[in-house]
Amino acid sequence: MSEHADTNAPLDGNSAAGLLHELFAVDLTSANVTCVGCGTVAEIGRERAYGGAMGVVLRCVHCEAVVLRMVRTPAGCWLEMLGARNLFVPAVEG
Amino acid sequence: MPATEAVAAPRRLEWLTATVTDVIVETPRVKSLVQDVPRWPGHRPGQHVDVRLTGEDGYQAQRSYSIASAPEAAHLTLTVERIEEGEVSPYLAGEVRPGDQFELRGPIGGYFVWTVAAQGPLFLIAGGSGIVPLMAMLRHRAAASVAVPARLIYSSRTFGDIIYRDELDRLMARRDGLEIVHTLTRSQPAGWSGGMRRIDREMVASAGFPSSQRPRTFICGPTQLVEYAASTLQELGHEASLIKTERFGPTGGVG
Repeated sequence: MSEHADTNAPLDGNSAAGLLHELFAVDLTSANVTCVGCGTVAEIGRERAYGGAMGVVLRCVHCEAVVLRMVRTPAGCWLEMLGARNLFVPAVEG
Repeated sequence: MPATEAVAAPRRLEWLTATVTDVIVETPRVKSLVQDVPRWPGHRPGQHVDVRLTGEDGYQAQRSYSIASAPEAAHLTLTVERIEEGEVSPYLAGEVRPGDQFELRGPIGGYFVWTVAAQGPLFLIAGGSGIVPLMAMLRHRAAASVAVPARLIYSSRTFGDIIYRDELDRLMARRDGLEIVHTLTRSQPAGWSGGMRRIDREMVASAGFPSSQRPRTFICGPTQLVEYAASTLQELGHEASLIKTERFGPTGGVG
């Protein structure tokens, strides 16, 4: 990780780990999400991430459909997961 | 794993105060900050932290930085490259002195992570400061004294831009199964025996492991390098699920 510009070039879903941790008590980047659009199952860390410190849009690594949107505002935090059929959080290894 | 194992131990992220104990100049643009972080919960190689700086007027800027130190190390170390027009890195990689404090939270991210328990072979590809999370993996591998076969391809602009150059030499001199290939894309010193071009298919194929060995592969660096290396490996028959990437954004990006 390092500083990067807020451009249209996507990063990896892994970059949204800190933001997601504000809502989820477990690390979500190693969780598998199933895309409603195409059925692809991928770790959140592998999806395409658009956005910055204030919010993120995660798109399916295969079909680019939006699987998760999260935005932080001064009033609170929005999470939308219409594009995710389910989320599988694996047990800890070791 | 035991059947009673809970789903990833829930833990709330909280902001901690880091006190810089040492500043190591790695290259003209890169510094490592060795820190004391009370209540640091420990980490796994490849994870990162969020750093938050607060100005006197209350303005806050936040960025993510990879952890460079092994979990076995006594202190947490971040390595930061100075991005000229950045908000955070000019301070962290420029003005920070021992005794200075800032806020951080972590460790963050369980996806781009490798421990010796995950076994190998371990194949690492880095561009520029993309070496940082991969160095945490190599330091961990050395500290754990586990001779997991490992290979690193590391692309830098010039000889002077190679981060951790001496330590990488020492790690390879242990002859415990680690091979390192450097490539310099902009200029090379006289007598340079490493690569002299951007990472390409031939380099990935010859310096890496065959797909039949199913290497755990981690690629970190500028977007262009990461995407090229990841797609090349898939063309060479490597499973996508074994290739993990961490993009830094556009090449030469500012932020």
